[in-house]
Amino acid sequence: MPKKTKDEILHDHNNDGIDRRGFLKCMAWAGTGVLCVMEGGILKSYSLSRPGAIGAREMAGELSFVQLSDSHMGFNKPANPDVAATLKAAVDKINGLSKPPEFMLHTGDISHLSKPEEFDTVDQILKGASAKDVFFVPGEHDVLNDDGKSYLERYGKKAKGAGWYSFDKKGVHFIGLVNVLNLKAGGLGTLGHEQLEWIEDDVQHLKHSTPIVVFAHIPLWSVYPEWGWGTEDSAQALAYLKRFGSVTVLNGHIHQIMQKVEGNVTFHTAASTAFPQPQPGKADSPGPMKVPAEQLKSVLGITDVNYVQGRNALAVVDSTLA
Amino acid sequence: MIRKSVCIVGLFAMVMVATLLLSAASPGSPAKAPQAASAEVKVDNFSFGPATLTVAVGTTVSWTNRDDIPHTVVSTDKVFKSKVLDTDEKFSFTFAKAGTYPYFCSIHPKMTGSVVVQ
Repeated sequence: MPKKTKDEILHDHNNDGIDRRGFLKCMAWAGTGVLCVMEGGILKSYSLSRPGAIGAREMAGELSFVQLSDSHMGFNKPANPDVAATLKAAVDKINGLSKPPEFMLHTGDISHLSKPEEFDTVDQILKGASAKDVFFVPGEHDVLNDDGKSYLERYGKKAKGAGWYSFDKKGVHFIGLVNVLNLKAGGLGTLGHEQLEWIEDDVQHLKHSTPIVVFAHIPLWSVYPEWGWGTEDSAQALAYLKRFGSVTVLNGHIHQIMQKVEGNVTFHTAASTAFPQPQPGKADSPGPMKVPAEQLKSVLGITDVNYVQGRNALAVVDSTLA
Repeated sequence: MIRKSVCIVGLFAMVMVATLLLSAASPGSPAKAPQAASAEVKVDNFSFGPATLTVAVGTTVSWTNRDDIPHTVVSTDKVFKSKVLDTDEKFSFTFAKAGTYPYFCSIHPKMTGSVVVQ
């Protein structure tokens, strides 16, 4: 079978049922320094490696927050033998932002093997960040041994079901979802019936104009189903969000930056703070990608999101750790 | 005194016979006492190799994770389930009954395999 190109991936495997009219796509790979701007879209992203592209208008806003992902604390293989150091570098980057972000989102794979000491280390490192609050959703590496019970005890005391929840900040409605449990043989990420019903109920009272930010570990769009990079029932969840003017979906899992706009929805995956993974179909498997030590930080990163009230737009800024 | 010597000789002979019998059952002559069969599946590059393994009833199958990422070996029909296997960790299961046993990695469900027991 021939290797797939990026375009084939996007067109062939998007069976998520969303309206394709006005489809815009833009992908920026971590480490390549690609600047990605969607004209007339909702999401704008600028690489911090080109700070000249970020003017005062982009930085001004009512709300800014940072997305961290895939810290994999406990991983110690050649792809990155010191994931604690690179997470600390991410925190330094956050602390170096001109304005402290309101809070942080962590989109899962906090730990590598769900060990308490791995979670402890991450919690400890994140305490050093200028933003104090962290909102987590689990990755599959965080729920390895007990179907997520110990994860829930630590991070999900106020959450519903297997750890999903929502909250409001300055007029933006945030929804944290869990799509890494009860995975079926041959399948993709799963939200499940109970969570889908909760989503429908959760957004029922909101005005159409409310900006929505959904965050979950595995992408809620079909990035590359062959590698399990998608969620079986995400179309149902997105259907409940169709009436909203601005929906931003933030995911992790694939350890690289990728973006796409479909109708009212902007999808965005964040880089890992631990190790990079190959582009879809560009390797035999999605295993950790080994890059020379001096290049590692250029393929790791954080995402800074800035919400400007009145413009109903979220500016997503990806920043590498280099 | 004489009687005691005979006893010792007799005991010695019995030990000799027992030793001979034991050596007869050793791997040198497998026909008499069949060895438990074993087979290996490699977990490598996010796949199980071979994806379909055919073995005889009574075979012990071992899975060894050769990836940098942890995997599991979980029977789709809940017949067997490994704990999380980190790099180089191993899980074994003995198949006592004939049948087809599909399985997958519960962390990366795109990874599937099956053991056919005949």
